[in-house]
Amino acid sequence: MELNYSTSDIAFRDEVRAFLNESLDESLAEKVALDLPLSKAEYENWHALLHAKGWLATNWPKQFGGAEWGVVQRHIFEEECAMANAPRIVPFGLAMLGPVLHKFGSAEQQAYWLPRILNGDDWWCQGYSEPGAGSDLASLKTQAVRDGDHYVVNGQKTWTTLGQFANMIFCLVRTDNDAKAQEGISFLLIDMDDPGIEVRPIVLIDGSVEVNEIWFSDVRVPVENLVGEENKGWTYAKYLLTHERTNIAGVGFARAGLAAAKRLARNEFSAGKPLLENALFAARVAEIEIDLMAMATTNLRIVSSAAQGQAPGIESSMLKVKGTIIRQAINDLTRRAAGRSAMPFASEVLEHSQLPSDPLRAGRVSSEYFNNRKLSIYGGSNEIQRQIIAKDALGGGR
Amino acid sequence: MNYNLSDEQRMLQDSLRRMLADGDDSAWSQLAEQGVFSALFGEEHGGLGGSGFDLAVVFEELGRAGSVDPVIESSLLCGRIIAELASEKHAALIERVVAGDVQLAFAHSEATSRYDLNRVEMHVSNHQLNGRKSVVINADAAEFLLVSARSGGEVDERSGIALYLVPADSAGITRFSYDLTGGGQAADLIFENVQLSEHELLSTNALTAIEQANAAAIVAQCAETLGAMETATSMTCEYLRTRTQFGRPLAMFQALAHRVSDMLIELEQARSAVILAAGHLDADTKTRDLHLSAAKNLLGRIGKQIAEESIQMHGGIGMTDEYRLGHFAKKIVMADHRYGDVDFHLERFISLSAAGNPL
Repeated sequence: MELNYSTSDIAFRDEVRAFLNESLDESLAEKVALDLPLSKAEYENWHALLHAKGWLATNWPKQFGGAEWGVVQRHIFEEECAMANAPRIVPFGLAMLGPVLHKFGSAEQQAYWLPRILNGDDWWCQGYSEPGAGSDLASLKTQAVRDGDHYVVNGQKTWTTLGQFANMIFCLVRTDNDAKAQEGISFLLIDMDDPGIEVRPIVLIDGSVEVNEIWFSDVRVPVENLVGEENKGWTYAKYLLTHERTNIAGVGFARAGLAAAKRLARNEFSAGKPLLENALFAARVAEIEIDLMAMATTNLRIVSSAAQGQAPGIESSMLKVKGTIIRQAINDLTRRAAGRSAMPFASEVLEHSQLPSDPLRAGRVSSEYFNNRKLSIYGGSNEIQRQIIAKDALGGGR
Repeated sequence: MNYNLSDEQRMLQDSLRRMLADGDDSAWSQLAEQGVFSALFGEEHGGLGGSGFDLAVVFEELGRAGSVDPVIESSLLCGRIIAELASEKHAALIERVVAGDVQLAFAHSEATSRYDLNRVEMHVSNHQLNGRKSVVINADAAEFLLVSARSGGEVDERSGIALYLVPADSAGITRFSYDLTGGGQAADLIFENVQLSEHELLSTNALTAIEQANAAAIVAQCAETLGAMETATSMTCEYLRTRTQFGRPLAMFQALAHRVSDMLIELEQARSAVILAAGHLDADTKTRDLHLSAAKNLLGRIGKQIAEESIQMHGGIGMTDEYRLGHFAKKIVMADHRYGDVDFHLERFISLSAAGNPL
């Protein structure tokens, strides 16, 4: 057994660190650290910067213009980016649609859409969830009816992340009402500028606007935008959802968050001493740190076996559950570390405060705590993940 | 033994619940009409209540309705401090407080004081105030600020904390205002050579009075959080009964049903903690504080559980600003940041019980 990265892995990690140190703007990293909303341009610039470096489509095969990194390299890269508070790479085109098109797209679709993802021509969003189809995704009702060379789409999608910036959406739509729930679903690529599409922003409890409702009313979609075969969309969706997600545990985010919590607790005072020196608070920090050390190793064990060719199964679900529990515990701790200063409602911060410290900046810890309640809800809720783990161990038995 | 409310308390509870359920919002004047403010004060100050249980009744109802009115901070905390410290010259103001006819703000906490009431850096010299106060709740609406400042002693000394009743529009006060997570409003205040006149002085040694009023505020805050948790829990039950996934109501999924059971069990724990706190509000200081810290710690822990579980079991809809659950979840969680959090009260409980206080 060898617990550490190889020499070449470490050399790669150092290269990534040097790149981030040089290329990541400090004020942008600070925005990310405060979990403030980024502008479309800020996302696009980061995307372009990585593309220029050749570090964008790290999971794509070389034949499609990707870097085709191994799973260890990708893990290192994602973790370093998270720890440096780099903007997240918007995953819908690169990490989600890309692999589906690689495997199930036609040659024409691959030739047209893939380069546009890489060079940032298209911003994709995901049309999966519906008001009545959340955890039970297969009960989705958005209809696509064939009419000549088009599908006519009617229905509503929801929780569409950053849909306000997107010009394209990949959607699961029902094309056969008589088949079993999973068997009448197709995978469509839809232009957001088409007549009949309306994007309605959803304001979340922290005041942020990152998810949207997307309404479809007689939207005409050319049949060449069907991916794969009609009524086989569920297979592609599952492929997309189970597509190897090495970063699902969010170890890098957790490390960055814990470091921020400690920084805050060093500057916050309790009975005249830094809060971090308070035994009770220090114990709470330590427990989370211990959890995180173990989870990081669980994650590396899974990365390592994936590198040896074993596809992760329930391990992804385990990492999702534990990873979100730890990250939410860090958000909780950080909020509490701020004391009374956590109270200001801060959907933004002041760029230039006349005050020695900006109360809104301090209040971000609460916004982030509430916003990150989403971690255990989205991407397959933790209840769904637990069901997957239990089913694997117990079978269908009751 | 009798855990029932008095007839008067039950009547107040009923009428308040009806009024808050009917009204679009809990307008201040309507609260006054219902007798909310006079219930916060004893007869010696012209009120009709003032006991821990009077507070518990009022604030549980305000919490159930999700009220964002600063009744605790303005009327109870500031009102009781003034009632305790004020002399004849402030009789008219006390009358206005009990009638719900004035808004106040407590400018006490500072950047490094956290939850400690004895830690005051701001100083007064040559009858002038200089310094900064943090997260002064209700500062925008307040007609008067209750401002603490050191007339002497070290930064954390119990003695030497003076208290002034300063018109909020006094020259030299810069106000930086913002909304609060969970509702309400506050401000950071910077005092620069704010000139004090003799009649603005309430006390040169105010800490004991501040602690007494703060104790009442803790009872009220716990009761308000209990009310908000009742609403969050019943909203969650209702959602699980009606929301269908995989062809059946979520209520049929045992993993969720058992978590609701835990919420209901903890809710009764919280109710008992509030009763214990309310019943010991007028006990000797140590006994009082031991029970208050127990309640505030427990309410903080249960509050986190109920707020987080309510959101989780609602799923995405629980995260939206439009749906009322989020408002209650924010109120519940952010209550932990007022009058001492889970850890502050855990430490205080440990030190008080180590001092040999029998349970």
